[in-house]
Amino acid sequence: MSNAVSALNGKTATGPVTVQELGLTGMVTLRGDFEDEGFAAAVTQLTGLQIPDVRQFQTDGVKTVLWMSPDELLVVLPYAEVNAFVAGMNDALAGSHYLVANVSDARAIFRVSGDYAGEVLGKNAPVDFEASQFVAGMVRRSRVGQVAAAYWKLDDGSFRVVCFRSVAEYVFGLMATSAKAGAVGVY
Amino acid sequence: MLLLQCPYCGVNAEETELAAGGEAHLKRATVGDSDEAFEGYLFMRENKKGVHLERWRHAYGCGKWFLAARDTATLEVFGTYPAQTTEPPADVTENIRAKYPDWSWKETA
Amino acid sequence: MSTRLANSGRLIDRSKPVEFKFNGKRFKGYEGDTLASALFANDQMMVGRSFKYHRPRGVVASGAEEPNALFNMGEGGRFEPNQRATTQEVFDGLTIRSQNHWPSLEFDIGAVNQLFARWLPAGFYYKMFIHPRPFWKHVYEPFIRQSAGLGQVPQEKDADTYEHFYYFCDVLVVGGGIAGLAAALKEGQAGKKVLLLEQTADFGGRAVVDGVEIDGKSAEAWVQETLAALNAMPNVTVRNRNMASGVYDHGYVLGYERLTDHLSDKSGPRHRLWRIRAGHIITATGAIERPLSFAGNDIPGVLLAAAVRDYVVNWGVSVGDRTVVVTNNDDAYRTAIVLKNAGLAVPAIIDARASGAGPIAAEAEKLGIRVLKGKAIAKVKGKTRVTGVKVCLQAGEGSVIEEIACDCVAMSGGWSPVVHLWSHCGGKLNWDEDLAMFRPDPSRAPTGADGKAFVSTVGSASGYLSTADVLKDAGLEVATNEVAAAPLEPVWLMPQGAGPKLRMKAWLDYQNDVKVSDVQLAAREGYESVEHTKRYTTLGMATDQGKLSNINGLAILSKSLDASIPNVGTTTFRPPYTPISLGAITGAARDELFQPIHKTPMFDWHDANGADWEPVGHWRRTYAYVRNGESVHDAVNREILNVRENVGTLDASTLGKIIVKGPDAGKFLDMLYTNMMSNLGVGKCRYGLMCNENGFLSDDGVVVRLAEDTWLCHTTTGGADRIHGWMEDWLQCEWWDWKVYTANVTEQFAQIAVAGPKARLLLEKLGGNMDLSKEGFPFMTYVEGKLGEFDARIFRISFSGELSYEVSVPASQGAALWAALQEAGKDLGVMPYGTEAMHILRAEKGFIMIGDETDGTIIPQDLNLQWAISKKKEDYLGKRAQERSFMASPDRWKLVGLETLDGSVIPDGSYVPAPGYNPNGQRNVQGRVTSTYYSPTLKRGIAMGLVKHGPDRMGEVIEFNREDGTMVKAKIVDPVFYDKDGEKQNV
Repeated sequence: MSNAVSALNGKTATGPVTVQELGLTGMVTLRGDFEDEGFAAAVTQLTGLQIPDVRQFQTDGVKTVLWMSPDELLVVLPYAEVNAFVAGMNDALAGSHYLVANVSDARAIFRVSGDYAGEVLGKNAPVDFEASQFVAGMVRRSRVGQVAAAYWKLDDGSFRVVCFRSVAEYVFGLMATSAKAGAVGVY
Repeated sequence: MLLLQCPYCGVNAEETELAAGGEAHLKRATVGDSDEAFEGYLFMRENKKGVHLERWRHAYGCGKWFLAARDTATLEVFGTYPAQTTEPPADVTENIRAKYPDWSWKETA
Repeated sequence: MSTRLANSGRLIDRSKPVEFKFNGKRFKGYEGDTLASALFANDQMMVGRSFKYHRPRGVVASGAEEPNALFNMGEGGRFEPNQRATTQEVFDGLTIRSQNHWPSLEFDIGAVNQLFARWLPAGFYYKMFIHPRPFWKHVYEPFIRQSAGLGQVPQEKDADTYEHFYYFCDVLVVGGGIAGLAAALKEGQAGKKVLLLEQTADFGGRAVVDGVEIDGKSAEAWVQETLAALNAMPNVTVRNRNMASGVYDHGYVLGYERLTDHLSDKSGPRHRLWRIRAGHIITATGAIERPLSFAGNDIPGVLLAAAVRDYVVNWGVSVGDRTVVVTNNDDAYRTAIVLKNAGLAVPAIIDARASGAGPIAAEAEKLGIRVLKGKAIAKVKGKTRVTGVKVCLQAGEGSVIEEIACDCVAMSGGWSPVVHLWSHCGGKLNWDEDLAMFRPDPSRAPTGADGKAFVSTVGSASGYLSTADVLKDAGLEVATNEVAAAPLEPVWLMPQGAGPKLRMKAWLDYQNDVKVSDVQLAAREGYESVEHTKRYTTLGMATDQGKLSNINGLAILSKSLDASIPNVGTTTFRPPYTPISLGAITGAARDELFQPIHKTPMFDWHDANGADWEPVGHWRRTYAYVRNGESVHDAVNREILNVRENVGTLDASTLGKIIVKGPDAGKFLDMLYTNMMSNLGVGKCRYGLMCNENGFLSDDGVVVRLAEDTWLCHTTTGGADRIHGWMEDWLQCEWWDWKVYTANVTEQFAQIAVAGPKARLLLEKLGGNMDLSKEGFPFMTYVEGKLGEFDARIFRISFSGELSYEVSVPASQGAALWAALQEAGKDLGVMPYGTEAMHILRAEKGFIMIGDETDGTIIPQDLNLQWAISKKKEDYLGKRAQERSFMASPDRWKLVGLETLDGSVIPDGSYVPAPGYNPNGQRNVQGRVTSTYYSPTLKRGIAMGLVKHGPDRMGEVIEFNREDGTMVKAKIVDPVFYDKDGEKQNV
């Protein structure tokens, strides 16, 4: 529908490190048995991507499949494709034990990019974001300040951060404040 | 502040990412069980000074419950292991015995 | 006179003068000065008054151990008390004021306390103010409060910002002296990821001041070379002005980085709290010099010997023209030599040791310095500054041999390793009889997660005092130009036989005014434990935490008890090493970032339309939408009546929504809920109750069967995470072979309750493709489809007793749907209603509320909810607990409705008294109110409550208490006050 808006409608804080809410983005939670061939085949069939290793993600630039837990994946894809994707998954997995849930609107997704993007994240999460430790292709679920968040890092060095929709403003405020406060100068 | 490794995702998580869940390997007593058995299940806890088998949830992470063998006095961690078991695995038991040769768990004592 | 010297001062930049204000007067300093050195340069010897006796106090030390030189610093939003002059660097525009005096530093009325010092010993307040009892509250406490405290409390909001930073390393080295630098270099060369923290601005510690040569190079050159090597290593990070304030379990360390405290430009964060996780921690924290206990050792101008040296070498200031050095060890001779070489007078070195010093004594004597052996200071002369010392025999009682005029006394009682960080997590200490110091015992180190030591010490922190020994401890064999030192001789009191008069003027704790005589009194009165003595005398309890006083106090106590020092033991070392700002601890969590507020997609609309906010869990919900000229109470009543007469909309997005799916999902939900959920038809809704294993109600909500293997469980607001976690707990830890997946989709949907006789009309106005008719869409079912242009799932459920729908749309469409409903419903009289209206609407219908009717001790049976407990099920969570005799007792309080006879509202929290008193002398009770409101529908007070045998007492009038002692009479009635037959919701 035309009036659909994401949590912060693309709000952006521009600077040496830029924090940007990415607007409406498709996100689907998939739960199932990764060892099950049918499940793995369905994921690959609908995303063109393999199930990622523990705490890794696979991406083709449009669709991304992220490892969330031993039996949970998060698929990130264009918002308009979500309904078809969910229906496709339901078709492909009919009769097996799995769960697919559209969580696009339950979350807010941010891009954090710039020289010291890792340090900005490291101000609010008990995670080692030093470049040699948190490499592109990695996923880490943790917290941002006082709320849950998932982080992953792309080849261009930028990070994606996902949190619950209701706390998007808090998370944006925290990251934008940390970005504005400047670099620590260690990674 | 404790660090415990989640056996599911491998993250060495700090305490703020975890939720504590009390004693591990409790046997659920329910309808048909005696008052004593039910009281034991609901209220009786080891409250150990020493090796304690306990439940933790990687709440701000993969969301999975896991179990840990931890010395409540020295905070030494002898191992963490998935929750889908009714007793500590052999390697964890071995680690504990390396430190405390006489250690035994109430269920195996 | 203290003054700036013409030359020297390795840390100051004489080309960069700065100006600051002290008590309103303009002072000059140089960049690189500490506040303490700049005050000396301006001949400001007296810097404050002590806590108890208001005695004049001067700077004693040159670093973090300083007990006296504490200031109110800054103005307005940057005002902060108790800032330490020895660690605060000066900058242009700095303003400070001295503390703990009135009306002025020079003339202080509180100083009369020192005239009564004889009658104000340790424990005075405890003993004096006990009787008569009533005097405490009205006389003693107000008086003591008035005179207590050090510095003022800031009045304005902090103008600065702060932040946290997480950092991970293999090895953390604390201290940038030569030991720390050498240790960091070694670890860095071994390929470890190393973080080195130095609390001050500069590196090198004592070695650079003492001018030691290391392998033929000056210590200064050695430090610069090593620093350069460290900075060149990509795996090593070096940070200054960053103090490791505490070591915690499993290698966690807090680093307190001061970013703008030394700058005029205050932009950017002021402090950054480093939350460090280190594989191993090496503390190279050095040692702190101890004062000597002689009469008058607190008079301004009496300093630690090494500090006097620091002021000359580092900052180019002399504390006095004529300095008497008094010592029990060789190190203080260095001060005499430095002073002499700077062209200043040293009339004498008073060495308490009969045998005197090693080769360094000859060096001093060669410079023309008189060395007195076996001598002591009987008394320091002077009031607000030193004018001379009286010399006596150390072995005697203090008969004066001679008087020496001087304006500075440099004292050294030996050195104590800084063992704080070593000890924070349980590192143990050994008493070294020869060096008279507690040294870390490496065999009893703090242990980490792997059971192995995770803290070690190096250099002076290990108790090594010569440069060669320090570097050897760090793994470097070097040659130095230091001469061998003669052994130190422990001196705990000077002279050793000092009588009561002298002991009463021999200070141990400068900040808290604790004297040798106080500790002796504590021992006499039976305070034998060092922890008790500490609390009785307040020794070491000031903001400096006894860095100078603890060992001396301990030694006095052990002597008084005739026990050895290690048997008396130390008090516990606790973080922080020196005080850190509350701002640093808070980090970015202030104002709107203080706590995450959970907002629904319609938050902005509510906010723009008069929302009176109410926190529910972490959510903000609208209590009522207040219109112009209305009270909140008016608004609530209007909203209720409008729901009853027209139609209202409620933002119910906060209700938890959890999908439960799988072949065993039905079986699982049957265990979770007291009701049967496995037999719920697809497309149907059922109200369900959840209990914990103790049998008590924990949550409730409507369960919907979406498909053969899929259910949607609604939870209370704020209950979503808890209930989702509860489900996962059972699935992961108990029934891990059951095939069930859950997903918490609470925030995927915006949910709007549309309630009132015109609810159907309103939804029909939006159009769409769903049959919303009474027949096509019966009560307790749901439909899915288009509502206008919205993707909706509509549940026909009611929490108000009216015809009611809950419309669920993707959260992205929530704000638009809300607006569309307000627009479409204009001519139907639609109004939004808030949580208070919702509460009253449900209370009028006798519906329970988790958290009102339940408090964690209530079972469903108490609330007459037997109808929601399946009789067919063998088991559910809480069932066994509800079979316990006490749970089955007919005497449990049960839910009833309550109608006041006079129509008034029973106060919240009221009880129903019963005859008699319990064994504690409290009135017996037989019931209490759980929900109580004014019902605008019934135009009277209505309530629900739990009353003993309540349902059997229908029609009986009972009395509830009010806070003013009067009672309110209420009749026990059926809890359903409105539309008992449910006709309204079934239209």
